[in-house]
Amino acid sequence: VSVAAHPGIEPVSPVSEAALSERRPVGDRAFHILAAAAGLLVLVILVLILISTTQQSTSWFTTVGLKGVFSTTWNPANGQYGALAFMYGTVITAVIAIVISVPLSLGIALLLTEVVPPRFARPIVYLVDLLAVVPSVVFGLWGFLVLAPWLNGVYSSIASGVSGIPVLDDLFGSPTSGLSFFTAGIILAIMITPIVTSLSREVIATVPAIDREGAYALGATRLEMIQGAVWPHSRGGVVGAVLLGLGRAMGETIAAALVIGSSPVITSHLFAPGYSMPAVIANEFGEASGVQRAALIGLGVLLFLLTIIINVVARLVLRRSARRTAGT
Amino acid sequence: MHPQRAKRTLAVGLTLIAAAVLLVACSSSSSPSSGGSSGLSGTLNGSGSTFQLVYQESAISAFKSVESGITVNYGGGGSGKGRTDLASGVTNYAGSDSPIPSKEEANFKGKTVLYFPVVIAPITMSYNLPGITGLKLDPDVIAKIFQAQITTWNNSAITALNPGLKLPDTKITIARRSDSSGTTQNFSLFLEESAPSVWKLGSSSTIAWPATSVGGSGNGGVATIVKTTNGAIGYVDYPDAVASGLHYASVENKDGDFVAPSVQSATTAADNSTVAPNLTFHAVWAPGAGSYPITYQSWDLVFEAQSSANTAKLLKSWIGYLVGAGQKLLPGLNYAPLPSSLQSKAEAQVSKIGSTS
Repeated sequence: VSVAAHPGIEPVSPVSEAALSERRPVGDRAFHILAAAAGLLVLVILVLILISTTQQSTSWFTTVGLKGVFSTTWNPANGQYGALAFMYGTVITAVIAIVISVPLSLGIALLLTEVVPPRFARPIVYLVDLLAVVPSVVFGLWGFLVLAPWLNGVYSSIASGVSGIPVLDDLFGSPTSGLSFFTAGIILAIMITPIVTSLSREVIATVPAIDREGAYALGATRLEMIQGAVWPHSRGGVVGAVLLGLGRAMGETIAAALVIGSSPVITSHLFAPGYSMPAVIANEFGEASGVQRAALIGLGVLLFLLTIIINVVARLVLRRSARRTAGT
Repeated sequence: MHPQRAKRTLAVGLTLIAAAVLLVACSSSSSPSSGGSSGLSGTLNGSGSTFQLVYQESAISAFKSVESGITVNYGGGGSGKGRTDLASGVTNYAGSDSPIPSKEEANFKGKTVLYFPVVIAPITMSYNLPGITGLKLDPDVIAKIFQAQITTWNNSAITALNPGLKLPDTKITIARRSDSSGTTQNFSLFLEESAPSVWKLGSSSTIAWPATSVGGSGNGGVATIVKTTNGAIGYVDYPDAVASGLHYASVENKDGDFVAPSVQSATTAADNSTVAPNLTFHAVWAPGAGSYPITYQSWDLVFEAQSSANTAKLLKSWIGYLVGAGQKLLPGLNYAPLPSSLQSKAEAQVSKIGSTS
């Protein structure tokens, strides 16, 4: 129902249109400035954080040098501040979290969009979203007090089962206690599942009904329809959701600090205690001074860079995948 | 300390001063040491050692009935933070488990710092071996366990010390602190003093522990790991070990006696250690028959010269309480009180707190 269709409105339009054309630019400009300022402010804050943290961590880089920064030994008592073990732990725990969380999240997302009728899907969505608002310290404490002691026995059984088998023994052998890379990975997986699920669900929900029905019309089963119609359309978005989850897992601090075991080592044993960058910052910052303090702030800068790299990679993957989907 | 809350408590304090001036203008006597409200009012802020935290909290609430006009706030944060806060003038006193390290001395700009020992406690060798009680350990064995040179409980070095116990072949899990800590500092100092030929990891508030060890945050965190892990051993301060219901070993002391950690054996160790004129000492590896060898202590640090006369009076009253009447609270909290010789020295030192104005 367009305005022009109503003859009674026409006489008013020349006046109001002139008034509008004069008023609009002012409002537009104000809005433009406001929006630009808000956008710039984020950028300015980000740059200022990066500058001040880098500046405060310079004594780390100048004291131990590039080789010292990328060494594996962290021993403040001896003035050794190597970041590599923490970077390793950060990446490993995040990868474990992704490996556990992605199939789970995709399963839930497909269940909610393709299998369960919307009436029943809604309560499940609420439940999953509720998981996202649980504070991370609660997950951490539960992991430390309940999950880790229980996993201790599980790890021992698995380790005795795989002992002597070449690759599996290297991955799952010699556990020491329930606090390990793997426990941290499990806790992180639980924490990132809600966000990966709800982003994937939203992407999958945007698949045009005509695509699905087309697939069914060609005689596809539900699985074939998901493979042929849903997946190509939502692949890019799902990859984005996963990378967002990865970023969150890498930055998680307090839950990781509680369950990771706090041992800065690089080992293939996933059931061994490890350490991550945010966890060591949380644990040691309180009593740190001098170079140690600078090194901890520097770890923050490195984590920041690592997350930026992940984000950039995410964008590139998304763009490429979008182009490929559009091309086919 | 939250600045706004500090401001608010300051405001409350000032109101109280005004009220006190109006109401008790006649009573001008101020005996800061003990007994009865002396009309002092104001706020004292301290921070630092978490080892002292439970004592500070209990003493603060008990002190209310002694000096109702004085508000004391103590935030934890660790000994390092306490010393930094004191040096930068954020707080009036600092809790610290060790004397000021030489590399931090410059922060204090040559001002004289008084050390008041306030708390003593044993560090227990807590372990989790179902059915095994009365374990005995000596310093060399402890050093080897914590360097992962002894990895199972039925190692001959342990069984030799415990002929009566049937120790299992369970793997030893080392539980230690993940945060930097005065407990770690004093435990490693004990190993450095008592097992110099074995212990290679030095003494510091953070140690490069063996890769297989697991870290917990705070004494409570280590206690939880020990409690939930079969075969675990960890160093946990006595109050937390008792609160968590852990078993702990008797440790061989300098005189060759195996002594169990207790309030009494910790006080004995402090009594037998050499105290410097400025009241610094360390109670680890103290001689004497009944001394528990892994005993540590904590001080409250105060500047000798205070900028305000009132703050000096408040500090005299509060520190006087901590080293005086407040000591009676300690055994109930599973801390050891100061031995009487040290207590009288600390009480005598209270009068040194003065003001420049």
